[in-house]
Amino acid sequence: MGRATTAPQTRWERAGVEARITHRLARALAADARHYQIAILAALLAYAVGVLGAPIAPATVLVAVTVALTTQAVATALLARRAGATTTSAPAFDFRSPLISALSLSLLLRTDTLVVVALGALVAIAGKFLIRVRGKHLFNPTNLAIVVLLLAVPEHAWVSPGQWGESTVVAFALACAGGLVLHRSERADITITFLVAWTVIVIGRGLWLGDPLAVGAHRLTSGALLIFAFFMISDPRSTPDSRAGRIVLAVLVALGAALVEYGLWRRNGLFLSLAACSMLVPLIDRWLPGPRHHWRRPGPASPLTADRSPDR
Amino acid sequence: MKRGHLLAFVLTMAFAPLAWPFCGFYVAKADTKLFNRASQVVIARAEDRTVLTMANDFQGEPREFAVVIPVPTFIGRDQIHVGDKAHIDHLDAYTAPRLVEYFDPDPCRVMMLMERSAAAPASAPPSADAAAKSLGVTIEARYTVGEYDILILSAEQSDGLETWLTDNGYQLPAGASRVLGSYIRQGMRFFVARVNLAEQAKLGFSYLRPLQVAYESPKFMLPIRLGTLNADGPQELFVYTLTPKGRVETVNYRTVRLPTGMDIPIFVREEFGDFYRALFDEQVRREQMRAVFLEYAWDMNWCDPCAADPLSSEELEALGVHWLDDGRPGVVPMPRPVPPGRLVPPQPQPRNVFVTRLHLRYTADTFPDDLVFQETGDRTNFQGRYVLRHPWTGKADCDGARQYRAALPARLEHEAQTLANLTGWDIATVREKIGPDRLRQPAPQPGPWWRKIWPDAGPR
Repeated sequence: MGRATTAPQTRWERAGVEARITHRLARALAADARHYQIAILAALLAYAVGVLGAPIAPATVLVAVTVALTTQAVATALLARRAGATTTSAPAFDFRSPLISALSLSLLLRTDTLVVVALGALVAIAGKFLIRVRGKHLFNPTNLAIVVLLLAVPEHAWVSPGQWGESTVVAFALACAGGLVLHRSERADITITFLVAWTVIVIGRGLWLGDPLAVGAHRLTSGALLIFAFFMISDPRSTPDSRAGRIVLAVLVALGAALVEYGLWRRNGLFLSLAACSMLVPLIDRWLPGPRHHWRRPGPASPLTADRSPDR
Repeated sequence: MKRGHLLAFVLTMAFAPLAWPFCGFYVAKADTKLFNRASQVVIARAEDRTVLTMANDFQGEPREFAVVIPVPTFIGRDQIHVGDKAHIDHLDAYTAPRLVEYFDPDPCRVMMLMERSAAAPASAPPSADAAAKSLGVTIEARYTVGEYDILILSAEQSDGLETWLTDNGYQLPAGASRVLGSYIRQGMRFFVARVNLAEQAKLGFSYLRPLQVAYESPKFMLPIRLGTLNADGPQELFVYTLTPKGRVETVNYRTVRLPTGMDIPIFVREEFGDFYRALFDEQVRREQMRAVFLEYAWDMNWCDPCAADPLSSEELEALGVHWLDDGRPGVVPMPRPVPPGRLVPPQPQPRNVFVTRLHLRYTADTFPDDLVFQETGDRTNFQGRYVLRHPWTGKADCDGARQYRAALPARLEHEAQTLANLTGWDIATVREKIGPDRLRQPAPQPGPWWRKIWPDAGPR
């Protein structure tokens, strides 16, 4: 059939195109753990706004994404200039990490002004380039932004951890867990350790108090907890290099959060604890060294996901 | 079609909040069945300084009344106060969901405006008695405040406390021991109040006044678990918070905004209480009784439209607002007459008080944990507001009037569907109440035959 490849005509051709698109999409999602994360975060954002009626204005997401990407672009450009002509060592612009930071920030941060959103995105990405110890950034970008804003402008920034509803949380947990299985993520250890540690603390405290299990179960079904466990504490760029180190960090973060939530009776224990414990990561790395993480995809490289190092 | 001119009526809440009581539970002497179905609690809080005001509409013999409330700290004699029920009623009226009425203008002419205003509901209840002895539990303090005898208890073991309460004639609901034990381990004290009949007779109040407790604690929470124990079915709770920064929300449950701003059929005016209750029932059903509803969030200096005047500084202080500046101007109620053509104008006063009204219906299954709150920086105003638009009923016959009449049935139908959707009411019944005639397209007006082909050809 000498037909030019314009619009597909037959049912079979259409099915073929659909299959190709699906296949490409699946490959893109499987190619890099971050693609899968971006897809989950975007879906969650759409669900939060569309179904749950979360007060997240499109402008908020737009500002967060724009500022995050711009900051990343400017910072990589500056670094590239500093590195001079030796292009091999200069980092290339990568949209994925800042996009994840911006989406997480949009999901978690609540504010009454866009300035704070922009500030958050700026702090998140700039912090990644500025606060580094031995070539590794210290804080998870979104975590840093949230903690800085909570402490600096508490009257304009807050986190609404209760806004997800239980059915959302269950579906979201499944999607996140699916991501771990799909990518056999080397950083799954910290997420799992943290979730186990936090569950032990919450349920254990409930048992000690004599509470029905429903109380503990209710406390564990929090959307913010899952975003924290799957997208924040698991950040391979700011966690310890060795598995033992990551397990230590996960347990420390859980203990710190429990201290804040149940000892001091303050909110946002998870975020505060992670920020505080992150400062111990260089020490943990010295004590329990391991191979440094670089974003890399398994299998043949595609132009989208080619390995770049040193990455940011 | 130019719609709507001014509100004429702000009907306050024809809905007197059912019955009230508490976050604690009633403990009956003897076998009297007591239920605490609904409660009203006002929490005024800045930093960690908290004043809790608990109103109740206890409907039994005063001597049967007793309440046990977990509190986070030891409470001294002067930290307890008996408040004025009128202040809570005022706050209730001020924050209540409201109906607004508009009158469609004559589509042929400019309309005149009208305005009126409205009144608040009333309610009144009775009172009670008791006495107490120590037996294995530490009575940390014993006070008589107003018509109440109050004990502050601490305990090592929930069994001990349960035994003591039972020995002293309190009837505890099943499962109380476990919940008491949890609070004991959390280091909480117990505030036990009963009515002192002699004092009550001396004071001459025929109802129980609200109890107020002031304390300083980082715990911004409301213990509701005890309250679910002896309740026969779901309970109703209204929480009003007064805070300096902004809106308050629950951190461990979803806070959902009540649907608001809809146009609904005129007949709802006569049954606003039923409407609001049905609306709330329906929303609770949709959220599977797992959400807290935001009914009002507003800067206390004004309102728009006002269901009642904002509270005066004196009333706010009586409800525990302790951060008002001393040099402030005195009472600042809203000027009532509203300038034609606009709603009540904002007149910012130097009082940084933001009020949030939360409403929830709960059972032990759907709300297993106590309510934990946080204050946010959100100062966006929100209110439950429902709009009645009275159709214009003039006789004039211009093009505008014809178009208006032609569009009216569709609009009324839309209002009917909105109402049915909000409340879960049967759409046929709603249509019946609106009047099937009004929902029908009017018969074509007899007019010149050429209007059929040149509908817009009027005199120019």
